[in-house]
Amino acid sequence: MPVAGTDRPDEELLTINMGPHHPATHGVLRLMVKLEGEVVRDCKPIIGYVHTGIEKTAEDKAYWKVIPVVERMDYLAYYFNAQTFCMAVEQLLGLEVPKRAQYLRVIHLELNRIASHLVWLGTSALDLGAISMFWYCFREREKVMDLFEQSSGQRMHTRYIQVGGVFEDVPAGWADKVRAFTREMPRRVDQYAALLDRNEIVLRRLRNVAVVDEQTLLGLGVTGPLLRAAGNPWDLRKAAPYSSYEDFDFKVPVGTVGDNYDRFKVRMYEMYESVKIVEQALEGLPEGPFITEDRKVALPPRHELGTSMEALIHHFKLVTEGFRVPPGEAYAPIESPRGELGAWVRSDGSAKPARVHMRDPSFVNLQALPYMAKDGYVADLIATLAMLDPILGGIDR
Amino acid sequence: MPDATGLELIAQDIRDGDPDAVLDTTYARGRATLIANPPAIRRVLEALRGKGYTFLASLHGVDYWPDEPRLGVIYELLDMEKVDRISVKVRVGADEPHVDSVTDMWATADHQEREAFDMFGVVFDGHPNLRRILMPEDYEGFPQRRDFPIGGEPVIFTFNEKRVRGYPE
Repeated sequence: MPVAGTDRPDEELLTINMGPHHPATHGVLRLMVKLEGEVVRDCKPIIGYVHTGIEKTAEDKAYWKVIPVVERMDYLAYYFNAQTFCMAVEQLLGLEVPKRAQYLRVIHLELNRIASHLVWLGTSALDLGAISMFWYCFREREKVMDLFEQSSGQRMHTRYIQVGGVFEDVPAGWADKVRAFTREMPRRVDQYAALLDRNEIVLRRLRNVAVVDEQTLLGLGVTGPLLRAAGNPWDLRKAAPYSSYEDFDFKVPVGTVGDNYDRFKVRMYEMYESVKIVEQALEGLPEGPFITEDRKVALPPRHELGTSMEALIHHFKLVTEGFRVPPGEAYAPIESPRGELGAWVRSDGSAKPARVHMRDPSFVNLQALPYMAKDGYVADLIATLAMLDPILGGIDR
Repeated sequence: MPDATGLELIAQDIRDGDPDAVLDTTYARGRATLIANPPAIRRVLEALRGKGYTFLASLHGVDYWPDEPRLGVIYELLDMEKVDRISVKVRVGADEPHVDSVTDMWATADHQEREAFDMFGVVFDGHPNLRRILMPEDYEGFPQRRDFPIGGEPVIFTFNEKRVRGYPE
């Protein structure tokens, strides 16, 4: 709650450091906070502690080898990083992605969105003092991880999405496991809501805290659940559908006040909508190839290697040099769990990208933190940061 | 994205007000790009904002080395009403890498301009706090430039930390 009329010149401002190693900063984030008593007067995020030069590394790798490194940027939304990078490269190549691959991508993206929101919900509840939520959320997240492991061999950083499609078709029986999960998940979200949404402490901590209006957020470039909580229904899956999102029927939850409670509710409802999209994509999963038939881009199937010289040559060229991409620049924005995630890729005609730049939503959204935290209590700063949902791997890259 | 004709119309509109503002236009793979004259970048962005491109989605730094002028800054603008994107590019040489800051037009440019400065050394005139953002403050050089070597950084261990430049006495 903002404290009015506390402009006393005799009271000194106290500047303190929060972080970089603080359990409530969700990563290695340092905040320079100016306090007047318990009220935050200013707060400056200082970042770069986990900068690993992923964009520089990407320039030294063939296009298909870039996918695993960009996945490590926003480490909770790895499918999204791969999707936006592959979309940009596909734009440069002028490559058509088969319908089945688009649907498989959507299923994995939405499962990933649920997993990412579950980590957000668990850690945010932890910041508000509700430790049991953390275990419940990670219990369900583990089920998503198992699904990822079955379809791609890895729990995280799966390298499942490839340029031109996906790495492998889903194994037999996987669809049934996903259906079992989508049947269970809405009930689980109901249970989370029952635990948190009628909890007096949670409501008091979140309602009418850190309100920022829509126009300020737009000027700050904020997208995703934070912007939708302020009442703007901007969602790239609806506004500019990619990867067949136009085929699915889902709603875009929006808030009315733009406080921390709306941010919390928007993400809770997004989990229901993601479940709906996964169900529809599984139901309508088309037959056909799971990756483009263009042998200059995608590896030939294993069985062809023993019989076809042509396939062997393609295989050799792809794993040694990689494919060359015609010169040009592309920007592919998608809706990640945190907002507009876009890869800007420049090709100079060689087999390695000349520049890969990620417009990471956490990096841009973090600029809104001083606006949200100003004139609130320092305890609410923790809750506000949790509801902002920054991922430092994506911010620092 | 506006189509190729739409892009020419936008460019012509801006040229009517300011003949030297737009140097060129490119339209490739559905992407419309205006190449702006660096001193006129604010006027070009202001004109586009007046045409409905009110949201600065992102700002990318890029190095076109060995081409000249080698450094580039790309502004991705978005019209949320018409769901339309346009990008604006400026290119400056590495000896005089000055571009006017747009932080007062879009607050979002703050971090993003700092990142382009940090990685490429593009100086944004008028930026309120143009400091390094991802690299350490005492870092020398601009790591994302194409002639900056990968692995050019010594790894600091206990045995060599005193020999590495910048180690506190």
